[in-house]
Amino acid sequence: MAGLIVCQDVWKVYRVGDVEVQALRGINLTIDRGEFVAVMGTSGSGKSTLMNLLGCLDQPTRGRYELDGLDVASARPDLLAELRNRQIGFVFQNFNLIPRTSALENAQLPLFYRGVSIKEQRRQAAASLQRVGLAGREQHYPSQLSGGQQQRVAIARALVGAPAILFADEPTGNLDTASSREIMGILEELNRKDGITIILVTHEPDIAAYASRELIMKDGQIVQDVRRAPHLSAVT
Amino acid sequence: MSAFVLLTVMTALRILSRNRLRAGLTMLGIVIGVGAVIAMVSIGQGARAAVQAQVASMGTNVIVIMPGSTTVSGVRGGQGGAVTLTVNDAAEMKKRNPLLSDTAWAKRDVMQIVNGNRNWNGPVNGVSPSYLTIRDWSFSSGGPFTQSDMESAARVALIGQTTLENLFDPGEEAVGATIRIKNVPFQIIGVLAPKGQSAQGSDQDDVIFVPFTTAERKVFGSQFLGSVGALFASTEQTADLPEAVEHIREVLRARHRLQPDQADDFTVRTQVDIGKVQEGTSQTLTAMLFAIASVSLLVGGIGIMNILLVSVTERTKEIGVRMAVGAKRMHILTQFLIEAMTLSLFGGVIGVIVGVAGASLTTVIAGWPTIISVESIATACVFSLVVGLFFGLYPANKAARLNPIDALRYE
Repeated sequence: MAGLIVCQDVWKVYRVGDVEVQALRGINLTIDRGEFVAVMGTSGSGKSTLMNLLGCLDQPTRGRYELDGLDVASARPDLLAELRNRQIGFVFQNFNLIPRTSALENAQLPLFYRGVSIKEQRRQAAASLQRVGLAGREQHYPSQLSGGQQQRVAIARALVGAPAILFADEPTGNLDTASSREIMGILEELNRKDGITIILVTHEPDIAAYASRELIMKDGQIVQDVRRAPHLSAVT
Repeated sequence: MSAFVLLTVMTALRILSRNRLRAGLTMLGIVIGVGAVIAMVSIGQGARAAVQAQVASMGTNVIVIMPGSTTVSGVRGGQGGAVTLTVNDAAEMKKRNPLLSDTAWAKRDVMQIVNGNRNWNGPVNGVSPSYLTIRDWSFSSGGPFTQSDMESAARVALIGQTTLENLFDPGEEAVGATIRIKNVPFQIIGVLAPKGQSAQGSDQDDVIFVPFTTAERKVFGSQFLGSVGALFASTEQTADLPEAVEHIREVLRARHRLQPDQADDFTVRTQVDIGKVQEGTSQTLTAMLFAIASVSLLVGGIGIMNILLVSVTERTKEIGVRMAVGAKRMHILTQFLIEAMTLSLFGGVIGVIVGVAGASLTTVIAGWPTIISVESIATACVFSLVVGLFFGLYPANKAARLNPIDALRYE
């Protein structure tokens, strides 16, 4: 079976003024359904670019990228939006919740763009919030929630559309240790129990340790690809 | 899609209500524009209706024929200077023109009218009985004189409201009283119902009517018996007026023995002509209203565009998030367009309220008649929506074309 994510010689080249920046230089990568992958590397190593690309926010300059058998490299913007809506969930370092909008409505957002009925949007969003332990906080605004809670709303939002892959870009970067553990615990459980593929970008080794596969990037290339037994978290 | 639109409208309302002052100031241009237009249209339509009522007070489908000017040794006498129209002209017109339902004639002069120890100088009109029906005069008490009064040159008179007020005490019974016109005693047999100002602005109620024959034999002392000040005619249908006018001209030209190269020695006017002058005035008013509306809606629209551009910049990150979770360009475009249209429609609705209030206030304070029409309100609302759509397109398109990564990174 072909992998969920298949990259063949993917390049991403930017032009900043007269200077050509090669952010990705020939990435070859296959990620299977159900994997928990940590992408590590120093800043400027290309890990964020890779994540944007895999997350269908961006397209490669050249090379092939297939997501679930679909050619992303040549897809039109609306198809990319459709892919992000149905296949992908994002969790960002700074949460990126819509301000002054309730937790429930934030969690509804992917379904909103899917054209689901309002009633169904609310039902599924409430279930998703319950899943991350925020039952009873549906009507809270992001500003009324702690960082950890906000990140859990973001996870609820990412989950609500039942995506195949969850991208987490430094999800614990703005959180204290206790909250970080909670968030990683949720991600680990989603991976283990629901079989959601998780791609985690981080520069913290102890966060990366939750993953079962570790990619290390340097100068736009994957320099190390290690599979290992995940260190089981301190959830228990 | 409908769930999307509904939620987007709700979101737009919430975003606008969060920034009430900003939304209010943004809408102000539209509010003022729409308000001014609604108020002015109401006042304009009220004024127009008043003018139309005045024109109608002349009577229905009336044709007025005035004598032309005379030229004596190169001195031109001005309109009505000639005494070319006669009672016989009227009879002939009636006989030869089946389109005319009635004809009448009148001659007027300003005379002193005396009642006991009070006097008044006002126009005295010698008229044929048909004049009263053609000009739609009705009575508040008493009644008209008849053909037999006319034939016997009876000394009977009809009195208008203004003249009545000047000659009689309030509440004093005028019908049956005797007044003197140029020392000739006349018995008042009818008091006319008020008509108010004419389309030309003169007081139509300052008037005395006496039978034409009585006037020319006993009061005016006419040089030529049967010469009249003006002829009147009426048709059943307004549509018949132009043809009737043409026919009247032919008859009169033949009777006056005018050569083809000679100009008419009379003037024929109809209510339609008088109405045209009023129409010209209201067209000018409409053009001015249109100019004001265009300018204020343009200014209002630019205000909306400006605030939307600010909003797009402020909410760049939100747009990025929406795109990341799967919003297509169309979704973002629609969202901002709906916000723009909500703003402009709200502005329009408030403008309508302000305009209606302004118009009502004008009626109360200045006493001008106003008419608030449903059409103008509907047009104002549709127009403000269109303004929102038009001026929202550029900012909305700008938002929809953002690159999701750049939008997400925007701080």
